[in-house]
Amino acid sequence: MSIKKDHLMETPAEGAASFSVSRRQFLAGLGALTLAVSFKGPVALAAEQDSPLGFVPNAFIRVGKDGLVTVISSYLEMGQGTFTGIATLAAEELDIRPDQLKVEAAPADVKDYANPVLAAIGFVVQGTGGSTAMRGAWDTMRKAAASARLMLLQAAAKTWKVDVASLSVKDGVISHAGSGKSAGYGDFVALASTLPLPDEASVKLKDSAAFTKIGKRDSMARVDIPAKVNGSAIYTQDIKVPGMLVAVIAHPPTLFAKVGKVDASKAKAIAGVEAVLEIPGDDIIQGGVAVLAKNTWIAKQGRDALEITWVEDTKAPVSSEALFSDFKKLGATTGTKVVERGTQPDAVPAGGREIAAVFELPYLAHAPMEPMNVLIHKDGDSCHVWNGEQWHTADRAAVAKELGLALDKVSITQLYAGGSFGRRANPRCDYVIEGARIVKVAQQQNIMAPIKLVWMREDDMRALQYRPMTVHDTRLVLDKDGNLVSWRWRVVGDSFFGLPTTKVDDNLVEGANDLPYAVPNLLVEQHIPGTKLPVQWMRSVGHTHTGVVGETLIDEAARKAGKDPYQFRRALLKEHPKMLAVLDLVAQKSGWDKPLASGINGDRRSRGIAIRESFNTIVAQVAEVTLKADGSYSVDKVYCAVDCGQVINPGILESQVEGGIGFALSFLRQEITLDKGRIVQGNFNTYPVLRINAMPAVEVYAVPSTEHPTGIGEPGVPPLVPAVINALASLTGKYPRKLPLGNEVDL
Amino acid sequence: MAYQLKINGQQLQADVDADTPLLWVLRDTLDMKGTKFGCGMSLCGACTVHLNGNPIRSCVTPVAAVGDGAVTTVEGIGDDELGQRIQRTWKSLDVPQCGYCQAGQMMSALALLRQHPKPTDEQIDIGMGMNLCRCSTYLRIRQAIHQVAGELAPAKESEDAAHS
Repeated sequence: MSIKKDHLMETPAEGAASFSVSRRQFLAGLGALTLAVSFKGPVALAAEQDSPLGFVPNAFIRVGKDGLVTVISSYLEMGQGTFTGIATLAAEELDIRPDQLKVEAAPADVKDYANPVLAAIGFVVQGTGGSTAMRGAWDTMRKAAASARLMLLQAAAKTWKVDVASLSVKDGVISHAGSGKSAGYGDFVALASTLPLPDEASVKLKDSAAFTKIGKRDSMARVDIPAKVNGSAIYTQDIKVPGMLVAVIAHPPTLFAKVGKVDASKAKAIAGVEAVLEIPGDDIIQGGVAVLAKNTWIAKQGRDALEITWVEDTKAPVSSEALFSDFKKLGATTGTKVVERGTQPDAVPAGGREIAAVFELPYLAHAPMEPMNVLIHKDGDSCHVWNGEQWHTADRAAVAKELGLALDKVSITQLYAGGSFGRRANPRCDYVIEGARIVKVAQQQNIMAPIKLVWMREDDMRALQYRPMTVHDTRLVLDKDGNLVSWRWRVVGDSFFGLPTTKVDDNLVEGANDLPYAVPNLLVEQHIPGTKLPVQWMRSVGHTHTGVVGETLIDEAARKAGKDPYQFRRALLKEHPKMLAVLDLVAQKSGWDKPLASGINGDRRSRGIAIRESFNTIVAQVAEVTLKADGSYSVDKVYCAVDCGQVINPGILESQVEGGIGFALSFLRQEITLDKGRIVQGNFNTYPVLRINAMPAVEVYAVPSTEHPTGIGEPGVPPLVPAVINALASLTGKYPRKLPLGNEVDL
Repeated sequence: MAYQLKINGQQLQADVDADTPLLWVLRDTLDMKGTKFGCGMSLCGACTVHLNGNPIRSCVTPVAAVGDGAVTTVEGIGDDELGQRIQRTWKSLDVPQCGYCQAGQMMSALALLRQHPKPTDEQIDIGMGMNLCRCSTYLRIRQAIHQVAGELAPAKESEDAAHS
């Protein structure tokens, strides 16, 4: 399928409700992606000839009369280095220095800024996720920059009456060797703006051998960092507009309770409290009582002074224990078939072994350092939104619907996000709708001010948008020679898209539905219990749970077979040469075959290995752990090998893998639990996040590649927990089935 | 009531209630937004500022408790040489990812390096232990602190020895 610009324009996105993309579709989509997406350019060129912005050849590049290049990012910068990656692509094709460009966030406009990786599979949205930014920008941004360069060269050739082919560019300066003439890009902005857009075929991209910035260490400093070390970077938490009010909201203390009676007299008595508003809930947002005030602290004081009688939802889930019990019962029954090859044996062959294991993995909260927030100003029949915007199309449509506005009357300013890990790409647009509903209710009461919704940490952690809790009912059979005969894997968990249990949620079972190991008899099934608790993708999505289950089971199978876990995997990955290369690299770099010295005081130490392909990137890790006599443990070092195609910024690759490892390490101690209808955890005292003392040393090695880049924001996460569990199990002989592990393991 | 506050060497006035945390006075009243809100309970360190050179969590420090003490925030970190070094090293090692916690991280690092110009890893664990980073930039934070320490004049070493 060839994706055309006009196709994108004709396909309005309807939000994310029907987003279900299988991995196979993803791969097919990637292959079909053409260069046409950005190239035709959105602007009527004639109208832009006298643009104060300078030369505007397409939606991604502007060149000012001073030669400064503005690179427009359709992706969110939430810490993953996306702005810098995109700038690197543009700087490479334009032959400019890093200080000759700046990066600007794109407005919400799906016509120009649909995510090309998602668009290629028919899901036309502007958004950031699935580790797709570099994968999508690789073609669009380079092509946009190269065409801008070509037009500037054509303008120079015309001015100097020479051949385009005789010109060269260095650091944004065009030179003609024959005449000795040279001038900066800025000098040709006016003339370039009058030229027709070049044929796609005439725009040549650089060959990878000619790269001076892509894949080169330290060729590009992170563009967002200067503002992040002097306090000037603006996040949604920081944005302020004239007349703005701050809303802090009282959410139901028990799941889906509704507001009964409100006594707001004490809240209203606080100087600076402007209004108290009942915010109706529905299937998407819980609703509650919002206090509007002139600043955050007063709004919070007002919120805390509210006296609310809540009407409990008697049908809401009550405890994690009950949910796990229900999930386990489901897991014991046949589910909806996801993958089947061969047949599952009833009996274990003579001399063979069996692993029958039921895993319990909890809900997890994303808990980015910046709690959710959004600023919305509805002014007459138009509206502006300021947000760490990760899902422009869905959020824009949700605000338009909530406020009864036409879609094109809603505009968005995308700000830096203080982390997200998937949270700000909520498929139900939960916090954005809550912000819009507060504005709607306020305007019904003639409060027309812009309103910033600010969640306290507890609101953020108890927002019921969790990484799904899952139960995995599994059975593996080995023959007498230690060959893996069969693998049955039932995943019980709620759908990211609210799908019924008769359908398969590919994102929930990813990593199981494409199990790479050559097991002759494989059966993957799924149950969607339909719990009245929405779930949301978290950094590496389904792999956050399938990685733990799959990679600890294969390790246990190896040990039961009396084989080395690395060699056992190797033998079962013969059909996957790329995975083998990554596995071999991590084994070699970690010294897998050499014994590990014991720790001080004779503490036992060991290694564990795991490998995972996620979002088309392959990551293998070896974790070195120390186990103390009392069962406490530490993760000392992690070796990591990666194949993500062409590396764009080696430093960012490393920081993303380091970050993914740290993020995943927190899973060993984190859980969100439900008790008596309440979410137990509310802040970092009960939901522990890794601190500096527990961060292991990390070494990262990338397989050299010039293939189309994939992503690195998420794939560092999935192998870590199983690698640690496997290391500990090599010492204890016990593979835990339940997370979090806590601070000690059973010896 | 009106409080006279000494912030980054400037005398500033804030008309707020006595129990208003310094964090919100900085952010909402004085428009100094570099200091961040993360937890409101002194658990994450995103709001770390200095009061008379000591790191404090401004989210649990009522403005009335500040008195005439000297407050330093990330906006003022570059006013001294050590602070500048920290900013420079944070930049050259690409420490921040999302960046939201980094003002607090740098303020804690400044206090740590003042107390221990050549901190051991253990001293870093303690000095930086109050600051969460959900992006897990910890390796680079540690590396940056060691690098800044390495750049400091050798004379400071004896001072450190005297401290510890």
